[in-house]
Amino acid sequence: MLKTFKVGGIHPPENKLSAGAVVETLPLPEMVIIPVSQHIGAPAQIMVQKGDAVKVGTIIAKQTGFVSANIHSSVSGIVQKIEETFDTSGYRRKAIVINVDGDQWEDSIDQTTTLKTDIELSTSEIIQRISELGIVGLGGATFPTHVKLSIPSGKTAEILIINAVECEPYLTADHRLMLESPDEIMVGTTILMNALGVKKAVIGIEKNKPDAIAKLTETAKKYQGISVVPLKVKYPQGAEKQLIKAIFDREIPSGKLPIEVGAVVQNVGTAFAVYEAIQKNKPLIERIVTVTGKSVSKPSNFKVRIGTPVQKLIDHIGGLPKDTAKVVNGGPMMGKALRDLNVPVTKGTSGILILNKKLASRKEYVNCIRCGRCVTVCPMGLEPFLLMTHGELQMWGDAEKNHVMDCIECGSCSFTCPAHRPLLDYIRHGKSNVGKIMRNRK
Amino acid sequence: MSLIVLLSIITLCVIGVIAAVVLFYAAKKFKVYEDPRIDEVEALLPAANCGGCGFPGCRGFAEALVKADHISDMLCPVGGNETMKAIATVLGQDVKETVPMIAVVRCNGSTENRPKTSIFQGAKNCSIAHSLYIGETDCSYGCLGYGECVEACKFDAMYMDEKTGLPVIIEENCVACGACVKACPRSIIEMRKKGPKSRRIYVSCVSCDKGAIAKKACDVACIACGKCVKACPHDAITIENNLAYIDFNKCKLCRKCVDVCPTHAIVELNFPPKKITEDKETTSSIIENI
Repeated sequence: MLKTFKVGGIHPPENKLSAGAVVETLPLPEMVIIPVSQHIGAPAQIMVQKGDAVKVGTIIAKQTGFVSANIHSSVSGIVQKIEETFDTSGYRRKAIVINVDGDQWEDSIDQTTTLKTDIELSTSEIIQRISELGIVGLGGATFPTHVKLSIPSGKTAEILIINAVECEPYLTADHRLMLESPDEIMVGTTILMNALGVKKAVIGIEKNKPDAIAKLTETAKKYQGISVVPLKVKYPQGAEKQLIKAIFDREIPSGKLPIEVGAVVQNVGTAFAVYEAIQKNKPLIERIVTVTGKSVSKPSNFKVRIGTPVQKLIDHIGGLPKDTAKVVNGGPMMGKALRDLNVPVTKGTSGILILNKKLASRKEYVNCIRCGRCVTVCPMGLEPFLLMTHGELQMWGDAEKNHVMDCIECGSCSFTCPAHRPLLDYIRHGKSNVGKIMRNRK
Repeated sequence: MSLIVLLSIITLCVIGVIAAVVLFYAAKKFKVYEDPRIDEVEALLPAANCGGCGFPGCRGFAEALVKADHISDMLCPVGGNETMKAIATVLGQDVKETVPMIAVVRCNGSTENRPKTSIFQGAKNCSIAHSLYIGETDCSYGCLGYGECVEACKFDAMYMDEKTGLPVIIEENCVACGACVKACPRSIIEMRKKGPKSRRIYVSCVSCDKGAIAKKACDVACIACGKCVKACPHDAITIENNLAYIDFNKCKLCRKCVDVCPTHAIVELNFPPKKITEDKETTSSIIENI
C-alpha cells in the first residue's frame, strides 16, 4: 500500500509528454528581462544603473528585509534600461533589461561539473550563503529558502522532506533533474540537513516516475540519513501540507507553518540549486523549464537563463502551433495564462504549457447541483461550494468561519465540478478580502 | 360544576394580577432610556438604509446624530441639504450647506475606443478579474466591464451599456451614496459636484501609464500632454502620475480644456451645443445615454 494523503485529491490525466526529453541548454538570448520581484516578499532593490557592465552572477538587486531575495545577472552584457515591463498578469513591474554580450562569468563561480561532496561550511554560513546567492523555492511558490531554513526559536526540525512529487500534469522539469543529477541532489539534501540540524531526510516521489525512484534509491545508499519514499499518484500531493501528511502522517494546525509539526519541505530543484550555491558558489541564474503541450511537435526540457523571454523558448521549438489558444506559465492546474509572450522566465517558472482551443476553453457555468463532488475532492476538507457562495454574496464573516484561509488554491474543486462553476475564482476573492479584514484587525 | 368554573376563573384572575405586578416592577426596574429624538430623527431620514453616510442603516445614523456633539460634518447623501436642515432643527444644531454630488464614471474605453486583446473566461466579476490580470484590453487601469458597480447600486441609478461595455449613471436616480465608488476595484468612479444645471467637466480616464502606452491601449486615454493645464485660466487642472485631474471646486466650467484635449479624454456633460459644431462622437454618445 503506497503512502498518500487521506482527505480528497484527484487524478487528472498525467500527460507527461516530455518525460523522455533530455535537458537541453537553450542558446543565450540577445537580451534578458530580469524582474526585481521574482519571489514572495519585498521586491529587491536595484543596484545597477543604465550602461553598467555586468557579468554572469553579478548581483544586480539586493534583498530588502528578511523575506526577500537577492537577484543576480544571468548573462554578461550591458544594462540597457531599467523600466516597468509586463509581468505574467499584464501589470507593470520594475525590471532590469540587459543586452547580452558574450558569456563572461564572475571569477568566484566554479564552472566545472565535477561532483564535490565535502561540505566545508557551518550551519550559519550555509544559510548566509543561500541568502546571498538568492536561492528561492523552485517548486513554484518562490519562497526565499533562507527564511525556511531559519527555524524560529522554541521550535525544532525533526525531518527534512524533499518534494520531488511533481504532481502537476505535463511538467517534467524535476523528473529530468532527478535522472540527470542524482548525486548533486543528494549533496544538496545533505547540506540542507546540516543547515537544519536534522538527521533524517525523505525524498517523496510519485509512482508514475519509476525510473527516478530507482535512480534516487540507488544513489541514496551512498549518503547517510536519506531515504526515498514512493507515493501514490494523486494531485495535489506536491502541496506542502499534503506531502507532510503523506510522508510524516502529521497534520499542520490551521494557519500554522510546517515547522509546527517539526517538518521542513524543500523542492528537489531547490536542493539542486543549494548544491550549486554552496559547492560551486553559483547564484540562482538558471533553471529547468518544461515546454510542452499536446500540439507541440517536440515537447522538451530546457535549461534556461532567468530573464529569457518566453518567446525565445517558443521560437526554439519551432513557433506556436497554429491552433494555440492559451499559453500557460506553469502547469494546467495551478499555472497562469500568459497575456504576452515577451514576459521573462523567472525563478518560479517551471513550465510553459501550450494549449489548443479545445483544451483551453472553459465551459459556461450553470447552477450548483449540490452533488458534493467539490467537498469530496478538497484536500483541505473545506466546502468549496459554500465558500463560493460566500464570495458571491460577499459574506466575509461566514467565509472566515468556514476556514476560507486554509484553501491552498489547488483547483481540484473547479476541475471536478460538473456544473463548471468557477469555485476557485470566488474562493480566491474570499481569501483576499478575508485576509485584508484579518490584517486590519491586528 | 359551577364551583369548578368559579375556581378556574378565580385562579386565572390571581395569576393575572401577580403577573401584572411582576411585569409592572420589571418594566420600571429594567427600563432602558432611549432618547425620543432618535425616533424623530429617524423619521426624517429617507429610510433607504444604503449606508452612504458610513453608518449601519438610517437608525444607526439617527443614533449617531443624536449622540454627536457637532453634526456639521455628518451628511445623509440621499436626503441632502433639506434633510440635514430638518434634523438640525430637531437637534438644535447647525449644519453646513453642502453642494449636491453625483457619481461619474471616469473611463471612456468603449469597445470601439479600446480594442480587446485577450479573452477572459473566468468568473465574470470585476474584483476577481482585477486580481488575476489586467483585463481583456491593454489598459490596466480602465473599466473591466463586468458591472460590479451596477450590482452595488441600490437606487437603480446605473446600468451597463451593452454597446460600449461601460456603466452609465442615470442622473435622476443617483443619490451619491458612494456604493459604486467602494465597489469598483479600480477606483474609476468618483463623486463629483453635480454643478449648475448638472453641467460637469471631468477627465474621463484614470490611466497612470505613460502617454504612448496609454494611447496605444485606448484612443481616448489621457496622455498627460499638459495642454489642458496651460489652457485652464483657473488653475483647476493638475497632472500627477501621467494623469490630468480637474478640481471641481476650482473649475468654472469654461470648457477651454475640452477644446484643447487632443484625445477627447476631457468630457463635458449637459452643456448646450456650441455654435461651431465639432466632432464630439465619443462624448455625445455619453450625453445621449444620460
